[in-house]
Amino acid sequence: MASSTSVTDVVMPQMGVSVSEGTITKWLKQEGEEIAADEPLLEISTDKVDTEVPSPGEGVVQQILVQEGETVDVGTRLAVIGPAGAEAPAPEAPAPEAAALEAAAPEAPAAEPAAAEPEPEQEPAAPPPPPEPPPAAAEPATDGAGEKTFVSPVVARIASEHGVDVAQVPGSGRGGRVTKKDIVAFVESGQAAAPAPAAPEAAPEAPPAEAAAPPAEAPAPPVTAPAQPAPPAPPPEAAPAVSAAAGEEIVPMNAMRRGIAEHMRRSLDTAAHVTTVFEIDLSKVVAIRKKLKPEYEESYGVNLTYLAFIARATIEAIKNWPWVNAEIRGEQIVTKRYVNLGIAVALEGGMGLIVPVIKNAEGLNLLGIARGIVDVADRARNKKLTPDDVQGGTFTITNPGGWGAIIGTPIISQPQVAILDVEALVKRPVVVQDTSGQDVIAIRPMMNLCLSYDHRLVDGAYAAQFMKELRENLESFDEGAY
Amino acid sequence: MAEKTYLQAISDGLRQEMRRDRRIFVIGEDVGVYGGAFKVTLGFQEEFGPWRVIDSPLSETAIVGGCTGAAIMGLRPVAEMQFADFISCAWDQLVTVAAKQRYRAGTPVPIVVRLPSGGGFSGGPFHSQNPESSFAHIPGLKVVCPATPEDAKGLLVTAIEDPNPVLYFEHKHLYRRIKADVPDDRYTTPFGQARLHREGDDVSVITWGAMVWTADEAAKQLEGDGISVEVLDLRTLVPWDRKGVLESVRKTSKVLVLHEDTHTGGFGGEIAATIAEEAFEDLDAPVKRITAPDTPVPFSPPLEKAFIPQVEDVATGLRELAEY
Repeated sequence: MASSTSVTDVVMPQMGVSVSEGTITKWLKQEGEEIAADEPLLEISTDKVDTEVPSPGEGVVQQILVQEGETVDVGTRLAVIGPAGAEAPAPEAPAPEAAALEAAAPEAPAAEPAAAEPEPEQEPAAPPPPPEPPPAAAEPATDGAGEKTFVSPVVARIASEHGVDVAQVPGSGRGGRVTKKDIVAFVESGQAAAPAPAAPEAAPEAPPAEAAAPPAEAPAPPVTAPAQPAPPAPPPEAAPAVSAAAGEEIVPMNAMRRGIAEHMRRSLDTAAHVTTVFEIDLSKVVAIRKKLKPEYEESYGVNLTYLAFIARATIEAIKNWPWVNAEIRGEQIVTKRYVNLGIAVALEGGMGLIVPVIKNAEGLNLLGIARGIVDVADRARNKKLTPDDVQGGTFTITNPGGWGAIIGTPIISQPQVAILDVEALVKRPVVVQDTSGQDVIAIRPMMNLCLSYDHRLVDGAYAAQFMKELRENLESFDEGAY
Repeated sequence: MAEKTYLQAISDGLRQEMRRDRRIFVIGEDVGVYGGAFKVTLGFQEEFGPWRVIDSPLSETAIVGGCTGAAIMGLRPVAEMQFADFISCAWDQLVTVAAKQRYRAGTPVPIVVRLPSGGGFSGGPFHSQNPESSFAHIPGLKVVCPATPEDAKGLLVTAIEDPNPVLYFEHKHLYRRIKADVPDDRYTTPFGQARLHREGDDVSVITWGAMVWTADEAAKQLEGDGISVEVLDLRTLVPWDRKGVLESVRKTSKVLVLHEDTHTGGFGGEIAATIAEEAFEDLDAPVKRITAPDTPVPFSPPLEKAFIPQVEDVATGLRELAEY
C-alpha cells in the first residue's frame, strides 16, 4: 500500500473475528532501522494466536508508538514507517502525530487535526482546569448511542481481566462515566461471567481453540450426568489488589494466559468432565514405525511420531462413535462428518498452550497426518499460525506423554465434547498368551490413553466402546489400510 | 497512660530521653531560662543544668553547626529552631555538612532539629511556614511530621535514636489544641509507617501534620452523605510509606493528597507522581492535590484562612472525587 516516499502507519491487526486486542511481544526492528515491505516487523500475542506482523510498507521505522509488553486494541497505531533516508520524526513534523490513539479512521487529518469531528475520546470538551463543582446532573448526559465516555485505568483493567465490554456497564459517575464501583458491581452480579466476550453463545463457528490444559482436576466419578446446566459461573473476584509480599514476584497475565484461564474455567463450568483410561499394547505400532520411520524421513522429510499413529487410529474410531466428535448446541446434538483435529502444542518454558487444528483430518492417511502435525506444531512454535489455524476444532489430542506423564485428566476444549490425552510409552511386564495358550509374562511397550469426555452427551459405556475400538485399531494397526 | 497535649507529649518525651541518656542535650534560642518560646523545655534547665540545656546566640547556623560537631564527637544534640521558618539560616550547615557527613566521612550525625511549624494564628510569612518539602528533597536528612500526641512522643524518641540528622516538624497549631492519651513508658514509633487514621472505602486522603485533623473533620461531614473517606497519616516524609499509600490507593482508587505547605514542589507532588507510576491501573479518577497556594503566608486572618486548606475545601474536593 505504501510507496517508499510516503509515511505508513502500522496498526494492530484484527486476528480473528472475536479478537479485540493484542499484546506486543517483541519488536523485530527498532526505530531508525530500515525495513522492506512484508518483512517481519514485530511479534504480537492475542488470546488466539501468537504471530508476526509484516511491515505494510518499505522504508525506515520512524517511530515505535507501543512498547513491548503493552496490550492495545485492534486498530491502534503501533509504529510509523517513513521514507528511507528521512530523518527521525521532527517533533512538530508531519501531520498525523497527535492522535496516537485514534484507531480506525484512516483518512489522514491533513492540516488541522482539531476541527473535524468532536470525537470525544475523553471528557467532554471542557476547559482544562480540574473539574469544578458542577455535579452529575449538569453534564450533557452522554446517552447510549455509541457515545464514548472516559474509561479510567482501573476500570479498563477490571474490564480486561473479566472480559467485560465497558459499554454494557451502567455508569454512575460524572457524565455517566463507568466508575470502579459500577464495574465491580457489574462483575459481581455475574452478568459478565459466562458467555465469552465475543462468541454470542449459539454462534456455531469460530470457537476459541486453546484447550487441553495439563491435568489438574480429578475427574468426576462416572455416575449420572447432572441434568440441568451448571449455575452461572461464580462471580470472579473483584479487582484483586495484588501486591508482592517478600520473596514474590508479580507479572501481569498476557493475552494468551488470560485466554487460557478464561477458557479452562469456562470449560469446567460447562462440561461434565469424566476421564476414562485405557492401556494399549503398542508392540505392533512400534514395529511398523521402526520400519517406516527411515522411509518417511528419506522420501518425505517427515518425522513419523507415535502421535501420528494415534491420531490416525482415533480418527478411524470416531467414524463409528460420532458423539465424541460432536457438540452440544443449545438443546441439540450436532455431530460432524468431518474431523478437525486439534493438536495441543505447549510453547517453550511453560509460556502457554495453543491448539492448532488439522482441518479435515478424516481425509488424511498416516503420512498426511504426520505432515500435518509437524506443520502445525512448527508454526505454533514459530508464531506463524493464522487465526484460521486455531478455529473450528472438533476433537483434540494432547500429548504430555512426551515428558513421561502416564495419566491425566485433560480439560475439554469448548465447544468440543472430548479430548484424548496421549501418555508415555513405557515398557511394562504384562501377561500374554504364548502360542500354546499358556499365560506368560512378556515385556511390552505399553501406553495409557486417557479420554476426557463431556458426560452431558457421552456416557461411560459409549466412551469405553470408543476407546476399545481405538485400542483395537492400534493393537492391530494395519499399515496397508492407513 | 495519661491524657496529654501534643506539646506535653513532646516535652515529656524529650525529658524522659534526657533522663535516661546523658549524651542528649538541648540547644536553642531561649530554651533554657525562658523554657522555650512555646515552653516545650520549661523546667529543663532546672533539672538538667545549663550545660545540657543551652541558651544559644541568635544564630541558627551556630546552633546546627555546633550540634553537628557535637554529634560527630559522640553526643546526641536536640536543637530547637524557635520557628521552623528560621531554619533557612542553617541551610548550609544542615544540607552541606550534616546531611553529607555520613556519606563523605562515614561518621554518623545523630542530631534532631525541632521545628515549630505551620500557621493558623496570624503569624505571618516568617512564623507560619511548612518547609518540609525543601528538606525531604535532600538525601541524608530525615523528615518527621507527627499529628498526634502519641506519635509526637514516639517519633521524637525514634528521631533521637536515629543516627542521621532528623528534622522534627511539630505543628504549632496542634500544640495545645490536640489532646490524647499518651503512654507513660518509653516507646518508639517507627519511621516510614503510615498510620491509618480513619478507615474508608470511597476516597483516600494522604496527608500529615495538622491536615490530618482537617481531613478528619471533612471525612466526618461526608460520612452523613454516605461517602466513606479513608485518612492516611504519613507521620514521616523521609522515609515515607509508599506501600501503605499504594495499598490505600488500590482499595479506593481515588486519592486526595493534602498538605499545608504551598503547592509547587510540595511533597504532595512526589506522592501523586509515585501513585501515577506505581498504581496507574488502579486509578478511577485523577489524583487530586489540595494545598496552600504559591504565596507567602498572609498575616490577615481572612486571607490566612483562604490560604490554609480548610475543612470545607477538603470536603468539596472529596465530594468531587467521589462523584467523578
